[in-house]
Amino acid sequence: MLAELGLAMLWLAAALAGLQLVAGSLALTKNGEGMAGIVRPVAVVQGVLAAAAFLALIWLFVQTDTSVKLVAENSHSAKPLIYKIAGTWGNHEGSMLLWVTVMGLAGGFVAAVERRLPERTMLATLAGQAFVSLGFYAFLLFASNPFQRLNPAPMEGNGLNPLLQDPGLAFHPPTLYLGYVGLSIAFSFAIGALVTREVGPAFARAMRPWVLGAWIFLTLGITAGSYWAYYMLGWGGWWFWDPVENASLMPWLAATALLHSASVLAARNALRAWTVMLGVVAFSMSMIGTFLVRSGILTSVHAFAVDPKRGGFILALLAINIGAALVLFALRAGTVTEGERFEVTSREASLVFNNIMLTSILGIVLLGTLYPLVTEAMGVKVSVGPPYFTPMSAVFAVPMLVVLAIGPLLRWRHDRFKRVSMVLAAPLAVTVIAAIAFAISGVTSIMSLIALSLAPGLAVASLLPLRGRNLRRAPLSLWGMVIAHLGLAVSLFGMGADAAFTTERLIAARVGESVDVGPWKVRLGAIQPVAGPNWTALEADLVASYDGAAPDHLTPQSRTFWAPPQTTSVSALHTRWNGQLYTVLGEETHDASSKAMPTGRWQLRLWWKPFVPMIWLGGVLVALGGLLALLSRVRQDLKRRTVRARGDVRRGDREEREAA
Amino acid sequence: MTQDTPRAFRPPSWTLWLPLALFVLFVGGVAISLMLPKSTDINSQMIGKPLPAFSLRAAADGRPGLSTSDFAQGKPRLLNIFASWCIPCGVESPVLAELQRQGAPIDGIAIRDHTADLNAFLAKNGNPYQRIGADDVSAVQLAIGSSGVPETFVIDGKGIIRYQHIGEIRPEEVPLMLAKLKEAES
Repeated sequence: MLAELGLAMLWLAAALAGLQLVAGSLALTKNGEGMAGIVRPVAVVQGVLAAAAFLALIWLFVQTDTSVKLVAENSHSAKPLIYKIAGTWGNHEGSMLLWVTVMGLAGGFVAAVERRLPERTMLATLAGQAFVSLGFYAFLLFASNPFQRLNPAPMEGNGLNPLLQDPGLAFHPPTLYLGYVGLSIAFSFAIGALVTREVGPAFARAMRPWVLGAWIFLTLGITAGSYWAYYMLGWGGWWFWDPVENASLMPWLAATALLHSASVLAARNALRAWTVMLGVVAFSMSMIGTFLVRSGILTSVHAFAVDPKRGGFILALLAINIGAALVLFALRAGTVTEGERFEVTSREASLVFNNIMLTSILGIVLLGTLYPLVTEAMGVKVSVGPPYFTPMSAVFAVPMLVVLAIGPLLRWRHDRFKRVSMVLAAPLAVTVIAAIAFAISGVTSIMSLIALSLAPGLAVASLLPLRGRNLRRAPLSLWGMVIAHLGLAVSLFGMGADAAFTTERLIAARVGESVDVGPWKVRLGAIQPVAGPNWTALEADLVASYDGAAPDHLTPQSRTFWAPPQTTSVSALHTRWNGQLYTVLGEETHDASSKAMPTGRWQLRLWWKPFVPMIWLGGVLVALGGLLALLSRVRQDLKRRTVRARGDVRRGDREEREAA
Repeated sequence: MTQDTPRAFRPPSWTLWLPLALFVLFVGGVAISLMLPKSTDINSQMIGKPLPAFSLRAAADGRPGLSTSDFAQGKPRLLNIFASWCIPCGVESPVLAELQRQGAPIDGIAIRDHTADLNAFLAKNGNPYQRIGADDVSAVQLAIGSSGVPETFVIDGKGIIRYQHIGEIRPEEVPLMLAKLKEAES
């Protein structure tokens, strides 16, 4: 019954999205102004219904209702509750439902609270949002119905991919989705502004908090995803340039550029067409990423729910949505291009530079992700990995980081470089000293050396905008920028340190044996079996002592799930202030002469990774900076709204007096 | 530091269509590759290259050892990588026997095996091999780009690797293997 109810709510939500599109478009015409009043309420109800359908699916998973095909295929009654819930979105249909839910809720939220935009632009925006949503509703209802029944119902479900049975991963996809589906708002705002030709500071100020919100989630999602891959996959790396990772990085790059160009538009009324363009591109990248991952067109370690037919459907959606937006852009952008002017040494110019670098990196990543497709069409299989992506993106990232140090110190419109060059002496000195120190201490890789020396300089430079200010009085948005930029420096240092200082040991050890890795001495204390709710495992007791200090115990496991049967290794990490010890238990080795004879030696993989947690700490700081900026915007808006409300009352009083 | 007021950058209007053009190119490209049949084969880097040089002692009683010079004698041959401790290899044995019956010359490389074990394995499952070399440390296996057992290579009359079959050959794949052998004759 609940499944049918869920499906009915989904159909109703889709119908309302249709109504929202029609009413919103008619309201823009001369004769349809009467329709304007219903658009906002319809958008809100549509979002609520989509969310209700999603809740229904969660409830079906919680109950392990195996008469629903999706539940039978992806869940199991023996699973812990949290993974039953996470199972809802750990599959194609469920994650598409999550997608439309986020789109619907975001649209409803905008409809409920956004009052800054001219009403006509708002109507066009909501119609645009409904237009995009409709395609995804159609996709769900016609090609991937999550509520489909199974008859007869099986006794037990199939389970969830064990790799997905991890608290980090349970919440990673929703976070990421809030990010890149949240960018649909930026897309719709861009469409709305193009339709009504209202691209100006008001548009940028209205759009900015929504982009910020999506961008914060995206930042957190990518950071969490990177950490998850690092500790869960047992390979000790933190970024692999896998197509799925790239699919989340590309919208983030576009959204980061959009945030900065929206600031220019809001403050200085420049970069109009460019900002609108980025609004279109950011969400397009979300959709293209989803398509690449879901269509099976690219091979990836974690491409799931691969199906070329569905790929065709998403491609058609892409073509319609993005194609329409780009046609609109080409037709209308010419009328909005001209904005305020600025000089080469100015805040605007540095932000333009940042935008060019970010979009260049975006281009590099997109090209590298698509390149295997091109060569495969010509009959050659290649995989493009870190040797391409890392140096190519560094070519643009390094100059961007340098300008990032200078830009926030420059004044709007026009400044003299001489004024800031004195201030920049401090970060420059720090960079040079760090470079010399690390070079002497034996860092030979140029990339690591650049990262390790640029990071401290950047950290100092990102604090400089606070110089000479009363720290308590400094605006929240300034703090936001400082902390976000500082976070980037922290991450950069972690990346450089990981590449330069990691020590690795791969050994086959007997119980009782010890091995040195970096400053650590690690002894294999014991191997013992342990059992969990739906798995059994062999667990190693590793006694690790840092530089002769009191030992800590680490317990990496080689874990076997029984539904579905699969073995994964669960790494164990020990974090100190100056780095992480990372341990993985492999299999027992077998005698070379007779395969059946175990040797009593266990494969152990140990890494000492100095300062590596800074990578994710930096990511969290970047997101925190975004949050502070968002809070500052929201607070300003609320203040303005109260002031305006008071003004209205006073004006009302005056009118009454005059009437009397 | 220019003193004159710079002009705001205004791109020529045709550039506004550029994003659309790029996007159309992207959609067209992926639409084509979406329609192409998806191949799941892992193509060895070694295909089209000559066999690496090796010389292996005899692995089992009654069959000579194997070296590179045994290939490149004008006729294509199958090279089967197997081991007595490998369960799918036992399953594969009757299929190899069938291939042999249909005229395919087969040589074997036994990976990390013992003569006694191998003799027992061949006695139980039959012996379709003309020669069997012993690869005690997987050196030859790695050199020809094989990562597991069983695997079967088609080597043409000049000693060039023409085809790699990963996993056991299933009964329905006998015609495929014979066709690959035939293909290697040309």
